[in-house]
Amino acid sequence: MEAMWLSIKLAGCVAAILLALGMPLAYWLAYTKWRWKFLLEVVVALPLVLPPTVLGFYALVAMGSRGPLGAVWTALFGHSLAFTFSGLVLASVLYSLPFAVQPLIASFESVDGKLLAASAVLGAGKWRTFWRVILPLSLPGVLTAVVLSFAHTMGEFGVVLMVGGNLAGATRTVSIEIYDHVQSLEYGAANRLALALLAISFCVLALVYGVNRRVRRRTWMPWTAE
Amino acid sequence: MDAVDSRVTRGAGGTLHAQIRKARSAAKHAAFVLDVSCDLPTGITILFGPSGAGKSTVLDCIAGLVRPDAGRIAIGDEVVFDADARIDLAPQHRHVAYVFQSLALFPHLTVEQNVTYGLAHLAAAEQKARSARILEGFRVDRLATRRPAELSGGEQQRVALARSLVTEPRVLLLDEPLSGLDAELKSAIVDDLRAWNAAKNIPILYVTHSRDEVDALGERVIALDRGSVVSEGTPQSVLNAPRRKRLAQAAGFENLLSGTVVDLRESDGVMRVRLEKTELEVPLGYARVGDRVRVAIRAGDILLAMEKPRGLSARNLLEGKMVSLEERGPIVAARVDCGDVFQVQITRGAARELSLAPGGKVWVVVKTHSCHLVEE
Repeated sequence: MEAMWLSIKLAGCVAAILLALGMPLAYWLAYTKWRWKFLLEVVVALPLVLPPTVLGFYALVAMGSRGPLGAVWTALFGHSLAFTFSGLVLASVLYSLPFAVQPLIASFESVDGKLLAASAVLGAGKWRTFWRVILPLSLPGVLTAVVLSFAHTMGEFGVVLMVGGNLAGATRTVSIEIYDHVQSLEYGAANRLALALLAISFCVLALVYGVNRRVRRRTWMPWTAE
Repeated sequence: MDAVDSRVTRGAGGTLHAQIRKARSAAKHAAFVLDVSCDLPTGITILFGPSGAGKSTVLDCIAGLVRPDAGRIAIGDEVVFDADARIDLAPQHRHVAYVFQSLALFPHLTVEQNVTYGLAHLAAAEQKARSARILEGFRVDRLATRRPAELSGGEQQRVALARSLVTEPRVLLLDEPLSGLDAELKSAIVDDLRAWNAAKNIPILYVTHSRDEVDALGERVIALDRGSVVSEGTPQSVLNAPRRKRLAQAAGFENLLSGTVVDLRESDGVMRVRLEKTELEVPLGYARVGDRVRVAIRAGDILLAMEKPRGLSARNLLEGKMVSLEERGPIVAARVDCGDVFQVQITRGAARELSLAPGGKVWVVVKTHSCHLVEE
């Protein structure tokens, strides 16, 4: 149960951070006319195609005491970033980035430009237009972003293994524990956890689809991306 | 509240000066340079022209949504755009109201929230009071708690007007805001708009491509074609006498017939023009008996009949002989000699059904208002 709790905690932290981080990033990507923005879009989308081990490997190297990130972290907090919960959160944020940013971009872009023009003509600046018009009309996308990054983090394995290792209470998430159980041929225990994860994933996706069906708007999903 | 009031005094009676140059790329329409210069007094001015003429771009430039390549825009004494002086106020600082063709009501907000959207600088009570007042002025006060999707087309248009006007703008821009409404509803809304402007007295620029709206609304009309002002004046003069022949031809008048005015029937709003051999009834224009005029008629606006039609509202019935028939894709172009030769376009199906053939007898039918006057 400790592993389940840890997974939920990790997924919750990652979803919260990605919501805060993803919104300004997605806003900028949706509305900028910068000619090189596609390069940034590529960077955001990379985790979709990279094997988790590759991402995990680079994250590990960066977080190691000789890596740039690890050195700064160690100087600040006195301990290494690798094989800690914080390190796990950081790597997972990177890994789940597209699952938060892409639905946000898609829903920001689907807001009718005439509404933004109307808002400006009525005296609203960019900030007010975002909070009063763009965000309320993008709520299905925001929900999708939060839920997908939560679910995706719940289910990740490779990155956790590379960056977190397998420390009970700190970095041993459900997916790692299932792997452990199978390795030691405890199929019953593995099955219980796997079933729980399956049920959670099903409920979470059912929530997204249910809400999106109600608002009748197409929302970005990793499998509907072009 | 003080801010708004000072804005009103400053804006009251202010005219709009716009001088705009903007190259338009060929992405959607033909590429041309929009080059417009106009001074709008208070009251309604109509910006008229075919779609793709650059009308909406003019409005977008005035509102600050599109940046001209060059030029100067001033409202009253305040310069809101000046390419040379590098002045370019953001739309939210121009105090210009703009009603889009799509209306752009915020779908997630109620009517009242839509209307108070532009009043964020006021206290909540004042917002409510002003919203209630303007909604009443446009006869939609009972809809305050509804959302746009629950309103009829006419109600949405009234709410969009109310939302724009409640901000006490210095200029009102309307981009075909009443398209899709029946004439009665349209004139009722326009009456309310006129009543509002009798008190506020600001310049209103009203974009349309519909001749009927020009007739119904116009005090002043500016005709735009391919980015340039081609005509300016009263609806009568602009509609009936496009100053440049190019406008008449570009708009697809295959028939350009010269004639002499022989009779004015002012009470009926028509006059009769004698061509070489035939006579046409055309809308009244600025002309006297004996004046030489040119009458422009689209080939597609002319009907053909095999027998003399009876009980028809069209006023011009001419007997003639089919000279030639030529298939051009789905269209058949016919030439009919009634003493004067008319170019007529009909569909292939119609040509088949009437079994038209060169040399046969046909009747040419032309509505009075399909005849457009062009100055010599």
